Amino acid sequence: MANLKNVTKKTKAQAMGMHTEVLTGRTQQKFFNPDEAENFYYFGTYDVDFNKRTDLDVKDMTAADANKEIDNLMSQGYGTIVIKNPQGKHSIGVGILNKLNLIFEGSLGYFGIGSCDGPIVRINGRVGWSCAENLMAGKVVIEKNAGSCFGAAIRGGDLICKGSVGARTGIDMKGGTIIIGGDAGAFTGFMMQRGRIIILGDVGINLGDSMYDGTIFVGGEIGSYGSDAVDAELTKSDQDWLKRKLKVAEIGENFDVSKMKKIVAGKKLWNYDNLEPTEKKGAI
Amino acid sequence: MCGIAGLIHRGKSSKVGHELQGMLQALKHRGEDSTGYALYGDTDGKNFIMRFKVGENVGEGSTSVAEDVSVYDERKKIVDSYLLEMGAKIIKEDRILPYSLRYEIEYNKKDLLEFSQKIESIPGVEILSMGKSLEVIKDLGNAKMVCDRYNLDKLIGTHAIGHARMATESGVDIKSAHPFWGYPFSDVSVVHNGQLTNYWNNRRALENKGMRFMSECDSELIAVYLAEKMRDGASLEEGMKESLTGLDGVFTYFVATKDSLGMAKDTMAAKPLVLYESDDLVAMGSEEIAIRSILPQEIDTYDPFDGEVKVWQI
Repeated sequence: MANLKNVTKKTKAQAMGMHTEVLTGRTQQKFFNPDEAENFYYFGTYDVDFNKRTDLDVKDMTAADANKEIDNLMSQGYGTIVIKNPQGKHSIGVGILNKLNLIFEGSLGYFGIGSCDGPIVRINGRVGWSCAENLMAGKVVIEKNAGSCFGAAIRGGDLICKGSVGARTGIDMKGGTIIIGGDAGAFTGFMMQRGRIIILGDVGINLGDSMYDGTIFVGGEIGSYGSDAVDAELTKSDQDWLKRKLKVAEIGENFDVSKMKKIVAGKKLWNYDNLEPTEKKGAI
Repeated sequence: MCGIAGLIHRGKSSKVGHELQGMLQALKHRGEDSTGYALYGDTDGKNFIMRFKVGENVGEGSTSVAEDVSVYDERKKIVDSYLLEMGAKIIKEDRILPYSLRYEIEYNKKDLLEFSQKIESIPGVEILSMGKSLEVIKDLGNAKMVCDRYNLDKLIGTHAIGHARMATESGVDIKSAHPFWGYPFSDVSVVHNGQLTNYWNNRRALENKGMRFMSECDSELIAVYLAEKMRDGASLEEGMKESLTGLDGVFTYFVATKDSLGMAKDTMAAKPLVLYESDDLVAMGSEEIAIRSILPQEIDTYDPFDGEVKVWQI
């Protein structure tokens, strides 16, 4: 072991060989430059025609084969694809980075519609854990129930579940909107950093635990509040936004939004206050 | 990561061995170090069925030490003599594998504690299950392999629970495989997916109260914990509700008795479970694909919430 009394390097950890990289400033962060937009190429995207429609029966396909076939159909310009017999398979409909009408006639397993940017997806069944994880843009509608970690880490888009969802809905979300027609489980909005969650029914314990930012609206009973989740005033503009959003989502159109509770971050977490104002944006 | 599955037919019997095999095989990617079945078969209810082992499977992947078959024979002889000594009459005897046996026995005493202690006092002998309907079958390998090895495909019954195991904190052997019998209660079995963090504290306390542990697998604690609650007069459902605070960690577990099937999920809801419920069938598993293996048509399923306990009767 290094003699720590004679350390000349910046940190003890470096002297001990625990890490060797030297980071200065925001070397890891790259910003989009509009001057270079014409050089920007979104790999794996297609121009599709919504009027060009086809069916795909995935009953005897693996998830990988099903995803390859969806990609193949998009490359041929199909803009509306109906998936038959998904039968709870995992990881279907992932990595779609362009506009597309994708309809599932049945239920999905875990990690369905993951890492997508742009498609409009309707699932006429239920979904398992981690549906639409990392969604960047688009709209995903689930007609029945959803499992835990619904909409984990989404950055944008609308994620709508007409039934109930499991625990940790919207965990680590960084944008977008999640709308739940039924009830939601424990730790909803856990560590969320931006975006909005709307729950028309009841919600479990530890709502909004350790949330950095963002807003949660609840129509029913709340099991308990999580650390640093606090009530806020429901404003007129909040109510107008809720009405518009529920109408567009075709869910709870006649719901009395004036009685909803609004929950936000108390921002008392120690690590939040340690950041400079300019760094807060980077953190979230 | 392990996988669990269970089903209960209400008002009828079915080929539960075949059905559970399909459900567990669909979950084999969650672990195939060992697979176990707790099957509740149709019987006349007169005699006990005792499934027990006189040694371990020492095949590929096993963490057990190989023993000569003659050692198994010697242990079996002692079991037979002890049964005779306790007034139990062997009606039917099947030696399915050199180390695994199934006895149908006539035994009229209700308290199985003394009986079990006597049999398990023989080194290397473990009762896997004792009941008038329950049969616990567990061995190394995936669901299909175990089902074929023990010819479970044709077993008719009302309900069943099973487990596909990825060994993490204890050995790849039969003694650490699920399901666990709710010793010394007739017809009680448990499977579990998760991790219990207050295992040793609970184990020490329960051992001081005279309860028995056969492995160092944390899941066994659930069976012993519930057995102790029932010994003290609690109903199955009451015991399960108490377990939500008495057990610490993340867990989803199933427990079955002669005429019921229950599920419990921890208060963090950290372990998955998908449930299908209709008037004549309840099926549940760690993933929906387990349920789809027996119900390929479009069905409504849901995830039970955190801290939820449910019990169904046949």
